Amino acid sequence: MNSSQLFGITTLSYLFSSIFYAALLIFKSKKAGRLGFWSAVFGVLVQTAALGLRWYESYQIGIGHAPLTNMYESLVFFAWCTTLFYIYIECRYKASVVGAFVMPFAVAAMAYASFASRINQEISPLVPALQSNWLLAHVITCFIGYGAFAVAGGLGIMYLIKARSGSNPPGSVAGSLPELRVIDDLTHKTIIFGFMWLSAGIITGAVWANEAWGTYWSWDPKETWSIITWFIYALTLHARFTRGWSGKRIAWLAILGFISVFFTYFGVNFLLAGLHSYGSS
Amino acid sequence: MSTKKKNPVWTFFASVKLALFLLFVLAATSIIGTIIQQNQPFSTYVHEYGQKTAELFQKLELTDMYNSWWFLSLLGIFSINLIVCSLERIPNVIRIVKKDNLAIDPARLAKMGLKKTVSLASSPDEAVLTVDNFLTSKGWKADRREKKGGTLLYAEKGAWTRFGVYIVHLSILVILLGAVIGSPTFAKKVLHKPKFAFKGSIMIPESRQTDYIYSLPGGEKIDLGFAVRCNFFTIEYYSNGMPKTYLSKVSVLENGKPVVLDNGTTEWDLKVNRPLTYRGITFYQSSYQPYSDFLTILKKKETDQKETKIISGGHQIKTGFANISFGILNQEVRGEAVQRIKIWFGGDDAAPAIFWVNNGQKAIIKRPSGEYELIVKQLYATGLQVTKDPGVWFVYIGCGMMLLGLYVAFFMSHRKIYCFVSPGKSQGCTVLFAGSAHKNKLGFEKVFFRLVNEFESGNS
Repeated sequence: MNSSQLFGITTLSYLFSSIFYAALLIFKSKKAGRLGFWSAVFGVLVQTAALGLRWYESYQIGIGHAPLTNMYESLVFFAWCTTLFYIYIECRYKASVVGAFVMPFAVAAMAYASFASRINQEISPLVPALQSNWLLAHVITCFIGYGAFAVAGGLGIMYLIKARSGSNPPGSVAGSLPELRVIDDLTHKTIIFGFMWLSAGIITGAVWANEAWGTYWSWDPKETWSIITWFIYALTLHARFTRGWSGKRIAWLAILGFISVFFTYFGVNFLLAGLHSYGSS
Repeated sequence: MSTKKKNPVWTFFASVKLALFLLFVLAATSIIGTIIQQNQPFSTYVHEYGQKTAELFQKLELTDMYNSWWFLSLLGIFSINLIVCSLERIPNVIRIVKKDNLAIDPARLAKMGLKKTVSLASSPDEAVLTVDNFLTSKGWKADRREKKGGTLLYAEKGAWTRFGVYIVHLSILVILLGAVIGSPTFAKKVLHKPKFAFKGSIMIPESRQTDYIYSLPGGEKIDLGFAVRCNFFTIEYYSNGMPKTYLSKVSVLENGKPVVLDNGTTEWDLKVNRPLTYRGITFYQSSYQPYSDFLTILKKKETDQKETKIISGGHQIKTGFANISFGILNQEVRGEAVQRIKIWFGGDDAAPAIFWVNNGQKAIIKRPSGEYELIVKQLYATGLQVTKDPGVWFVYIGCGMMLLGLYVAFFMSHRKIYCFVSPGKSQGCTVLFAGSAHKNKLGFEKVFFRLVNEFESGNS
């Protein structure tokens, strides 16, 4: 058994989890909801083992670093953070339909990491710029934030679907969604959590950049997009706290925010040039 | 809201709508600089976008937009907005924090979100003491006041957490202040002291030293006030050919003498992620340059005498050791990197020797006049990025404040507990507990009822 096989099992578990959650959403089968939850839990456990194993494997081939250093590893870690954060949300707030809107993100990340031809799955050694203790702190803080924002984006979509269906006739898909008030509150809490970690991610990145290059901020595209994302969520929070925005407008901002996160994480690497080129293959 | 300052400028900057608008504009305009490559030569823009568009870019300063007058003005307005908005609201927060909560009419407690009544058999006076002791033992230090119909106790926690959001606002200002203090432009144009804060770079060949650097951008010469010498430079590779380490061994010299650095020696292993800071100036490993010349170190074992020289291929030099001379006949090169070197080593004491040696590897030569160690390696220059940023600590402190402030603002709250002790209808007394929190109400609800239930089970 090697880590790639375990990541394969993880991808399948997340896929099943998404399907079960979809079944919960469409057929309102409580059983499907439980199955979706346990598939996600199983997947995250297998993935945790796989991450540990990949770390161990890197030592075995004499490289020895945490599995957080290229696009493949970051996608896998993103899926892990998103799922873990979702499981926490489900346990805490008992809103299991949310899984139908969040787990597909985890599946997409895992599947893209495994099957896209431009993604290199090999464990490769660290170039000098990445040999720093800040690597772990920076990547982990950023990705906890990304995971939370993925969940918030999923909640935003869910809110809009529910709001559009209006009176929710019993038996409709929207009828099985939580109340608008609940989704709205969850979205807000998730954004707050993500904002905290995004801020920490930007800060650890700045400190690290100063250690390695002598500039804590150089407006390279990745940095700039992270601050754009930060502005969007800061705007969202202020609109809510001071202008009382809620509901649809916050849902749209949660989706817009996640698009910005997606671009920060993904688009920048493939579409724009910059210092963060490590993650592009 | 304050009534005394009603001038229109103040009102404009005190608006949250302006803050939302600025956040949006900052986010939207920042995108431009990620699409148009920044700080390229004008010809690049002409080539890519055509003459007219390139000129427009230059007019709007889009080619260096994050330093443009309009982007910096946006940040300036944003800062003023932040300050005015905070100043406008802080007095109100102070009023809430300082509020005399015991002045409340006890009748209003019954209308609070969290409340519970507990009946006690003891007299009201005893009950007040019991409640007070109980609250104190749980970390809620209460004040009390006699009211009509009973005694009111009040305790609170985390009143200061209402300032959390202003810690965040202040942190942004501290970060921006740090950015200004550390800005080379500010040092040059406002302070007229270019040595106060600068960024620059320098190439130092092995065995050479420099006491100046060139500023970036601009290329002006800046004196360091001390010298930096590169003793040695090397690149280590992984087995798959990827670079593993760029290493420069450097020394700092004051008046020509090497000084002891932070690691306790006179030589620092400068690597990426391991810069050297000396007198507020920091040196970073950033590039390198291979030469066609060679660095040679010749040592006589018996006397430990050492001689370092730079020679070019095909040349021969006389050394300081009696009649010994050597030269480089040939070299084997892969790409830009020399692999092996063919050396001629001779003197009066014996016939000359000709041999190959790997780049940088020690060769031992035994001659009648003694035993010699010779290292010949391709000469490299190390490229260092040099920074003096006296504002960086403001930035770091600001970052710390921001994380602390965010935590306080989002996850801590101002919690209040009221207790009204009044005589019972026939005997004993009733204690009305009420509470509120300005955030995380659900969390406080649990704490509140756990507390009251514990009181009830312990006293009835």
